[in-house]
Amino acid sequence: MPLIELAGIDRSFLLGDTTVHALAGLNLQINAGEYVAVMGPSGSGKSTLLNLLGLLDRPQAGTYRLDGRDVTTLSPDEQAAVRSAKIGFVFQSFHLVPRLTAAENIALPMTLAGIPAAERQRRVDQALKDFGLDHRADHKPDQLSGGQRQRVAIARATIMQPPLLLADEPTGNLDRHTGDEVIHLLEALNARGVTLIIVTHDASLGARARRRLIMEDGHLKSDSAAEA
Amino acid sequence: MRLADTLHFARAAATGYPARTALSVLAMAIGVAAVVVLTALGDGARRYVVSQFSSLGTNLVIVLPGRSGTGGFNPATAITSTPRDLTIDDAASLRRLPAVARVAPLAVGTSEISAGGRLRETMVAGTARDYFAIRNFEIAQGDALPDDDWNRGAPVAVIGARIQEELFGSTPALGQRVRVGDRRLRIVGVLKPTGQGLGMNTDELVIVPVALAQAMFNSNTLFRVLVEASSRDAIPAARESVLNTLKQRHRGEEDVTVITQDAVLATFDRLLGALTLAVAGIAAISLAVAGILVMNVMLVAVTQRTGEIGLLKALGASGRDIRRAFLAEAAMLSAVGAVVGYLLGQAGAFALRQAFPVFPAYPPDWAVIAGLATALGTGLLFGVMPARRAARLDPVQALMKH
Ligand SMILES: Nc1ncnc2c1ncn2[C@@H]1O[C@H](COP(=O)(O)OP(=O)(O)OP(=O)(O)O)[C@@H](O)[C@H]1O
Ligand SMILES: [Mg+2]
Repeated sequence: MPLIELAGIDRSFLLGDTTVHALAGLNLQINAGEYVAVMGPSGSGKSTLLNLLGLLDRPQAGTYRLDGRDVTTLSPDEQAAVRSAKIGFVFQSFHLVPRLTAAENIALPMTLAGIPAAERQRRVDQALKDFGLDHRADHKPDQLSGGQRQRVAIARATIMQPPLLLADEPTGNLDRHTGDEVIHLLEALNARGVTLIIVTHDASLGARARRRLIMEDGHLKSDSAAEA
Repeated sequence: MRLADTLHFARAAATGYPARTALSVLAMAIGVAAVVVLTALGDGARRYVVSQFSSLGTNLVIVLPGRSGTGGFNPATAITSTPRDLTIDDAASLRRLPAVARVAPLAVGTSEISAGGRLRETMVAGTARDYFAIRNFEIAQGDALPDDDWNRGAPVAVIGARIQEELFGSTPALGQRVRVGDRRLRIVGVLKPTGQGLGMNTDELVIVPVALAQAMFNSNTLFRVLVEASSRDAIPAARESVLNTLKQRHRGEEDVTVITQDAVLATFDRLLGALTLAVAGIAAISLAVAGILVMNVMLVAVTQRTGEIGLLKALGASGRDIRRAFLAEAAMLSAVGAVVGYLLGQAGAFALRQAFPVFPAYPPDWAVIAGLATALGTGLLFGVMPARRAARLDPVQALMKH
């Protein structure tokens, strides 16, 4: 059974009088543990797809099964619970809460999930060590470099140990070297079994993924898995 | 999200924007402080008046010559009937009434008092021994007036503390002779100093037997007759019998006015109580205004933190978590404002009491509780709308705002 199963997904936006079909009749299956790069020109629907996979957005038509369960019909709060337990996000612009320290940002998903403080502390300490942030625990985001910020964001995305990690251009705001470090971190997580889906414009990054999806105008133009 | 974490998160959010937090806390604080100080003033006034009235004596029934008060001013009777004198015998006749404990006639006037070459103007009260008990006067030296026949004015006087000081300084006054008007009197007692009160200032008072005062002022009528009822419950009965007795003595004409201290006191109490309530109401309006300000501040906060709300949702926050966090923040702003305002208000009331020691400017408990409750209530009430707006934000839209 695939981890992700999209069938006949439609997502369109009304822009004035015109309807923009960000996703149209999309079918897609992704198995647990896969490493997928989503590529394609700007406006082709990559972010829309990722938002849908992350249950931040709802399709107008079609079904989305996550772990065999239809999640399109869930209530907003049920979807929140699914996000909390199963999905980690990494964004291009990090999205750290500026007034919280690195440690507090990392702990945020656990705080929201109601995990006791002692357990949070233990897991945050471990994560800080794993991501080389030991000495940055009490730094606010504006006291961190871009690479450190993205490492905090990744630590936060994985702290709940979700099976699915979604990253929308995670290296878009980083220089080549730092970007590579971040990618290595994400790949290491994938190596430990996390399903990794990365949206990227960078062909060399895309080439590293075991499976490449090329989007165009809301359709899947090519899928390396289907060609093989 | 756990309650402790929600509160912690809300506190961090509030302190993360110091300017707007300070603004709403200040608005709430001013509102609560206004309630506390204004009700302290109002209730202080009420207590002041009540205590001053009580210091006039307890269970008092006061007889005034002439018909007035009840029914208001009547021009016809005011012109046609000059009131009959209220005499010493009238007063004496009241002493035997069943509900009456003590009676004191009172005639007043001003005169000069001199001793040892020093002279000053003074208020003279002509009365009897029971007057001291009725008014709770305390004697510093000597004794009150002798318990004589009221119609026999012995040439004696009891003087106030200030008079004794001015005429005699540190030399003993007791047994000394003074001249009051054209009389030579012997000082038999000195009152303890009391200070300024609502009635007469007893420190500058000279008290002499009532017959003597009437002779000095060449008048036959009394200024007042003070009647002390035997108990609080006996006040109406005493009033009734006093009125009937005097009516009989005045050939059936009701030409005196009898007021009870209780009635006067109750009127003042009600009046000033209402005033305090009105003042509290006005102050409460400022609380409502503060509540609206908190709402606006929270709405701004929701707009400011739209991106953050989107992020929290992406990280698994439910609508309930978001709603609670914002509500907690609004409640916190109000609560801190309320506490600061309470402390400010108490400090203000304290300053008032320091500046005017006779004025008991304590805020009543009901006002403090109502003020704090209103502050928290409006804070929460006006926090609900922004919190719900935050909870309903679409996560994708919110995230794009980041
Ligand atoms: N909230 C929205 N309202 C209106 N149109 C939208 C909205 N979100 C996306 N779209 C439209 O949907 C289409 C797909 O957008 P999407 O953001 O998925 O593109 P993308 O592939 O991520 O592009 P990029 O590489 O520039 O990030 C675009 O035409 C975009 O204008
Ligand atoms: Mg995009």
